[in-house]
Amino acid sequence: MSALPSLLAVASLPAEAGLNHYLLVSALLFAIGFFGVLLRKNTLVIYMCLELMLNASALAAVAFSRHNGTIDGLVLVFFIITVAAAEVAVGLAIIVALFRLRHTVQVEELTLLKN
Amino acid sequence: MADFLFYLFAFLTVLAAMGVVVNRNAVNAAMCLLLSFAGVAALFTLLDSGLLAFVFLLVYAGAVVVLFLFVVMLLDVQGGDPRKPYQPITAAAAGVALALLVTGLLSLAERGRLPGSVPAAAPGFKEFAARLFTTYLLPVEVTGFLLLISMLGVVVLSKRLGTRGAVK
Repeated sequence: MSALPSLLAVASLPAEAGLNHYLLVSALLFAIGFFGVLLRKNTLVIYMCLELMLNASALAAVAFSRHNGTIDGLVLVFFIITVAAAEVAVGLAIIVALFRLRHTVQVEELTLLKN
Repeated sequence: MADFLFYLFAFLTVLAAMGVVVNRNAVNAAMCLLLSFAGVAALFTLLDSGLLAFVFLLVYAGAVVVLFLFVVMLLDVQGGDPRKPYQPITAAAAGVALALLVTGLLSLAERGRLPGSVPAAAPGFKEFAARLFTTYLLPVEVTGFLLLISMLGVVVLSKRLGTRGAVK
């Protein structure tokens, strides 16, 4: 009877979700995006993974800003979101133009600049 | 309660991000990306940054993912096989990156004596707007100009390349 609460206490994760936890999530997100960029061959999926990395940095900025009690990090994230929107529009337009030219989006077949 | 929500949304975010990487179908990857964005927005809310979560959902889930899905369906491409053998240089880079990441996380866990909790008082909309239009007025102007330039760039890029090529 008394063993159950102690077992639950051992099995449960650390209680307070602090700055370290958010930074850990941010690092994991960044790593997953990074490995996606390294390992995937489809340009569109690589672009999605780039967005994941950008999200991870935004999450870290918000966590640090809230930890410091200043508003500057939040404003920075505001600008990150705006610039990312512009970046996605331009990047996808470039991918569409590339597809029109080469009829593929696989990075291994896009060797126009090689040599 | 907030901690339970944190773990819930953290797991959701990370799992959906893994789904983006391992999914063979690009449409499914975009859907996983949407889920991951929703998780990040929920984490923003847990950090008492509701305005940012709102803007994040509006821009990312509302515009970016729709743009991705639109382009994926427009091009009608397959995701490619993620299980293809990789180049040795790529495998080496991934290994080095994994080692660096594990080292960083271990040092963060061992020596990172960052204070645990987050301060309670979150800045409201009023301070946000005041800061945006006083201290950061020039960046706001520059960002607006950037959006204009990117819009023009997309229009130029999306124009049919054949119209001028046919004349030549």
